[in-house]
Amino acid sequence: MKYVDEFRDGATARQLAARIAAEADPARAYRLMEFCGGHTHAIFRYGIPDLLPANVRLIHGPGCPVCVMPIGRLDMAIELARRPEVILCTYGDMLRVPASGRISLLKARAEGAAVRMLYSPVEALKLAQDNPNKEVVFFAIGFETTTPPTALVIEQARKLGLANFSVFCNHVLTPAAMHAILATPEARAGALQLDGFIGPAHVSTVIGSAPYAPFPEQYGTPLVIAGFEPLDLLQALLMLVRQLNEGRAEVENQFTRAVTAEGNRKAKALTERVFELRESFEWRGLGAVPHSALQIREAFAAFDAERRFALEPRTGLENKACECPAILRGAKSPRDCKLFGNPCSPDNPLGSCMVSSEGACAAWYAYGRQRQGAAEVAR
Amino acid sequence: MSRLDLKNGSVEMVHGSGGRAMGQLIEELFARALRNQWLDQGNDQAQFDLPPGRVVMATDSHVISPLFFPGGDIGSLAVHGTINDVAMAGAKPCYLAAGFILEEGFPLADLARIVASMAAAAREAGVPVVTGDTKVVERGKGDGVFITTTGVGVVPPGLHLSGDQARPGDRILLSGSIGDHGVTILSLREGLGFEADIGSDSQALHRLVAAMVEAVPEIRCLRDPTRGGLGNTLNELAGQSGVGMQLVERAIPLREPVRAACEFLGLDPLYVANEGKLIAICPAEQAERLLEVMRAHPQGREAAIIGTVVADERRFVQMETLFGGSRMVDWLNGEQLPRIC
Repeated sequence: MKYVDEFRDGATARQLAARIAAEADPARAYRLMEFCGGHTHAIFRYGIPDLLPANVRLIHGPGCPVCVMPIGRLDMAIELARRPEVILCTYGDMLRVPASGRISLLKARAEGAAVRMLYSPVEALKLAQDNPNKEVVFFAIGFETTTPPTALVIEQARKLGLANFSVFCNHVLTPAAMHAILATPEARAGALQLDGFIGPAHVSTVIGSAPYAPFPEQYGTPLVIAGFEPLDLLQALLMLVRQLNEGRAEVENQFTRAVTAEGNRKAKALTERVFELRESFEWRGLGAVPHSALQIREAFAAFDAERRFALEPRTGLENKACECPAILRGAKSPRDCKLFGNPCSPDNPLGSCMVSSEGACAAWYAYGRQRQGAAEVAR
Repeated sequence: MSRLDLKNGSVEMVHGSGGRAMGQLIEELFARALRNQWLDQGNDQAQFDLPPGRVVMATDSHVISPLFFPGGDIGSLAVHGTINDVAMAGAKPCYLAAGFILEEGFPLADLARIVASMAAAAREAGVPVVTGDTKVVERGKGDGVFITTTGVGVVPPGLHLSGDQARPGDRILLSGSIGDHGVTILSLREGLGFEADIGSDSQALHRLVAAMVEAVPEIRCLRDPTRGGLGNTLNELAGQSGVGMQLVERAIPLREPVRAACEFLGLDPLYVANEGKLIAICPAEQAERLLEVMRAHPQGREAAIIGTVVADERRFVQMETLFGGSRMVDWLNGEQLPRIC
């Protein structure tokens, strides 16, 4: 397949890996965080860690849309879904995440709540048109990639004069979360050391490369935006190793075939028309982060489920043994969690990182166990 | 009583009540399309003799949405699915039974189309539907139509195919490309707005199976990778046999439009459903011969040897990727979902 196969060529990958091994200084560590869950998934799927020298280490970031959703917000969604007049719809992965008391939207559905899975938010509009006697609520989640489609359906709903459609907005912002990671207690105490970032692929096609400029400036941390294919990742890693070796800290763009400095102007304008910054938003793992999420503007208040249903903020109950919060901060790896594999598995997820294929635990479980098994056998 | 309005009429509760209306529906719609000597007798059961050999029985319920899709519909699928389940024992399928659950309000024109397609599929396969049942549920308590089919067949003497027979060293063969059915269905689902030049691979495989077991009676097991796709089906077999498997991604047939659709949606074709493909496991010495026989058959033209059974207590299915690495092909939990961002 054109534009895919070229970026998965095994021979080129081995050449790039050999360059990384040749150029990485054995005397130093390269602790590099891939922010985005799409990268985490690709890293495991293609076995990238096997190709890297031991001192080039990948740390998984929080960029998995369902993983960072705090339990309190999910509890609010479940409360909404349980109202008899409401049909709640959202993306598939969100349905399986356990909230307080291990209730998920799927369980709520089995108990009688009207919950629907969507492939696209446009389906929610049709659902509202087809069910004029119901309140259709779109439980919107995700980073800058999924935000413009939500803005689009809100504008369309207003144009159509839909009186029974609203959005429970949980859209979050990538740069704010990256700042938060560099300011966690672990990061400040030196327990989490990050030498560089791999910047997101799809998010950057929307926001562009410019918003990352503060990271090298404020923290001296280089950042390379990378595509989702394995060769993209290896090339970005080589670029990071070179920056660190040369003592540079810059924003570089490996994913030039899709990402520009300013990003997608239309998508940004659309988002700007419908949404504004929230004062603060609670992230799973990162806690309350100022100006890290979006809310619906006053002009579209009629479509804001939080206003329409007068939703009260909730504090969710985390499973105490679940290490999702520390894993999302990059402070722990899935293998550090006592629940990993047993009892927490994709069949029986206890934490959000085990649900989505972009979650670090699910990726580790699906692709990493054979290595762990081999190591144990070798021992 | 007026004739059934097959053009504009719809299913009513009375069609399932056991009275004259039900008799009329059966007579004018089901029996007319599926006609054979057993249905003509009008009994509540069919009586027949079977050729010598072990008797095989399988049942399958079909609840697909949408009901009609490129390459088939719920009617042909209900025939193919059960014929294939019987055939995977190495058996010759002989007879089918069909149970229909109809939702009140379902258009009779659609029902007639489904039953005609079922009749055509049964005729083409040479496996008649010899008995059946119809029930009607109130509007809102069904999804148009559900069809359960049960099949009976006979295993020729000397064959003992079973999912627990795979042994280290055996070869794993696949009869053709994967993912066609699942991607076809997904592309039709509401709101996805994805168009591709793809059709379901729904087809009956018993003739291919007959050719295979005749040429290579040593085949350990056959299975059709339907729901859950190739990945889950191989995990089932690995679990049953207590072995591991090592696949070669390069060898797995995958049509370009299916691959592109999966790439676009963020799906793994290994877990996408098929309705007209089979997996065969056989001793290494017979693999080339079996491949030749499969490729000589219209339903196995794209057959390939896709991997090897290995000794592994953990029962892992692993795959050498196109990229040159190794990955787990784990059980997939629940439905595969398109990626969010």
